[in-house]
Amino acid sequence: MNYFIIGFYALLIGGSSLAAYYQKRTAFILLFSLTLVSFVMGIVGGEAMLWTVTIGAGLIAFSAGVSYSFREFLVVILPPNGAKAMRTAPLTAGFGLFVIFTYAIAGIFAPIIAPFGEAEVISSAFAPADENMLLGADQLGRDMFSRIIYGARNTVGLALLATILAFVMGATAGLYAATKGGKLDQLLGRIVDVIMSIPSLIFSLLLLSIFGTNTVTLIIVIAIIYAPRVFRLARSVGGNVVVMDYIEAAKLRGEGTWYLIRKEILPNSTAPLIAEFGLEFCFVFLLVAGLSFLGLGIQPPTADWGSMVRENATLISFGEITPLIPAGAIALLTVAVNFVVDWMLYRSSGLKE
Amino acid sequence: MGDIAGIVLKRLGLGLITLLVISIIIFGAVEFLPGDLAQAVLGQGATEENLAAFRKQLGLDRAAPIRYFEWLGNAVTGDFGNSLVSQKPVSEAIGERFGNTLFLALYAACIAVPIAIFLGVLVALYRNSVFDRVANVMTLTSISSPEFFLGYILILFISVKWEMFPAIAKIDDGMTLMEKLNRTFLPALTMVLVVVAHMMRMTRASIINLLASPYVEMARLKGVPAWKVIVKHTLPNAWAPVINVIAMNLAYLITGVVLVEVVFVYPGIGQMLVDSVSKRDFPVVQACCLIFAATFILLNLAADVGSILTNPRLRHPK
Repeated sequence: MNYFIIGFYALLIGGSSLAAYYQKRTAFILLFSLTLVSFVMGIVGGEAMLWTVTIGAGLIAFSAGVSYSFREFLVVILPPNGAKAMRTAPLTAGFGLFVIFTYAIAGIFAPIIAPFGEAEVISSAFAPADENMLLGADQLGRDMFSRIIYGARNTVGLALLATILAFVMGATAGLYAATKGGKLDQLLGRIVDVIMSIPSLIFSLLLLSIFGTNTVTLIIVIAIIYAPRVFRLARSVGGNVVVMDYIEAAKLRGEGTWYLIRKEILPNSTAPLIAEFGLEFCFVFLLVAGLSFLGLGIQPPTADWGSMVRENATLISFGEITPLIPAGAIALLTVAVNFVVDWMLYRSSGLKE
Repeated sequence: MGDIAGIVLKRLGLGLITLLVISIIIFGAVEFLPGDLAQAVLGQGATEENLAAFRKQLGLDRAAPIRYFEWLGNAVTGDFGNSLVSQKPVSEAIGERFGNTLFLALYAACIAVPIAIFLGVLVALYRNSVFDRVANVMTLTSISSPEFFLGYILILFISVKWEMFPAIAKIDDGMTLMEKLNRTFLPALTMVLVVVAHMMRMTRASIINLLASPYVEMARLKGVPAWKVIVKHTLPNAWAPVINVIAMNLAYLITGVVLVEVVFVYPGIGQMLVDSVSKRDFPVVQACCLIFAATFILLNLAADVGSILTNPRLRHPK
């Protein structure tokens, strides 16, 4: 029994008593269940386990603080309309926006932030971290930290391009099918059914094995595989708009199909489409990461998070966590985008459940 | 009952047609190779005689439709031709590995399904509580992580730091079942984490949908006890969505296994697919893709049929 353990439990129990006294139900349940969990974990894992709990709780509190400040910052700088939406946003959405913002900065200013080039060999293989290299070297002696920064540009950039392409193809075809209907609609629908009935990773492996793995093919293949999802959503959303009176009026005015899609249908279906864009990005991003992990994505020496994990995986058997950092970076961005999408869906649907 | 059989048969027929179209895509994709198969395998340096001999050996000198029907006919009887790399029959290598993949998927499913349904119902009943919020953030994190991230975290902690389970899941026929289960625990756990998260969210959504329906409210208003509302009014209607959720996730398990197999060096069909893609061993790639697609479609079909059987309303499409 040392001071750390006594302090740890005193803080938790004191905190939960205070919460109970002031009738803060949520805070009380959280703190008290944390106390109970720590009892069990403390008995099983000893003091080290309690440290893990402390660090975990500290991290969560820290990120909550950061998201809170970032949300307030956005409220201050945004125009009144956006500020109103931001003020009611949950903390998770603030966190998501903050993470996306950070990644964008890292990706755009990669050459300035990174201390070394992405393909620059500066030391021996798997050299440990020192004052030059924040995270040590990879399997060829390149700086891990610089490669992670450049990865933000390459991996995220590629996923973003593929998503945009998939989105443009899927949304255009979907809205067009909804407006036109008839034979073309049926035909596109059947094609989409077939593409969606092949698992995406398997389909992309098949296509990449045939067309080879360069960046352009990769983007096109992924866009073709993911466009059907957008098509379905765009078609169903567009289908609901097409039956409105103002569309009928526009048709009677003699407007063309293209005008209808652009000026009448698209503005009335943006909210679900934007949320779908976020979701789609997550899927594409995970697929890109998976393909690179399998060695079929972005080719070396370009820095890329998926392949970095694979190349440095041997370090894990020595108990090192460096190979997990790029993988964690992938997970963090996907979580962040999901948080933001959740919030947008909630806002656009007005769901209260 | 006659009309149920009709609807189910119709679904089966549709599934079969989809599978046929997919087999055309899988076969036809190879025809799109720059040059042709022989050129792609032998490379730019191959002489004209070599190419001609190779084409003759593979039967590439005949028209594509004829070869397609031959390939399909053989594939249906379990013969996928010879591997270009090892020259051995593809089906031999695949048979055993497919068994391993099914074993892993089944293992994961046995753990994941009960946990996920139980937790999903629980978060639906206590929705918007602290428990629900925490579960929401945790499942979202688990879904958003690439499988290899979860896999390596498990290796790092459970296998390297605590030395509880082996990190490499090599299994062979000589092992006892217990030994196999022990060896494949980590890959199974990785998939359980992902699948439980997916299933929990889907179960939660469908149960909440049900609880909001008028007949549940009616039952509550007339004073039916809470457990009876769940057992008599919600559960019979919940089967259809729950069966759907299970089948979709089983389909995910079979196909999402590729990354997990590579992480844990598990001798399954997914790893074989990845290997042959990088070796450009097309017969193997085609065979693996066909098997994966067939399993995927079959499970989705099972989901459809299951929900038609449990939900009378679906038997009368408008």
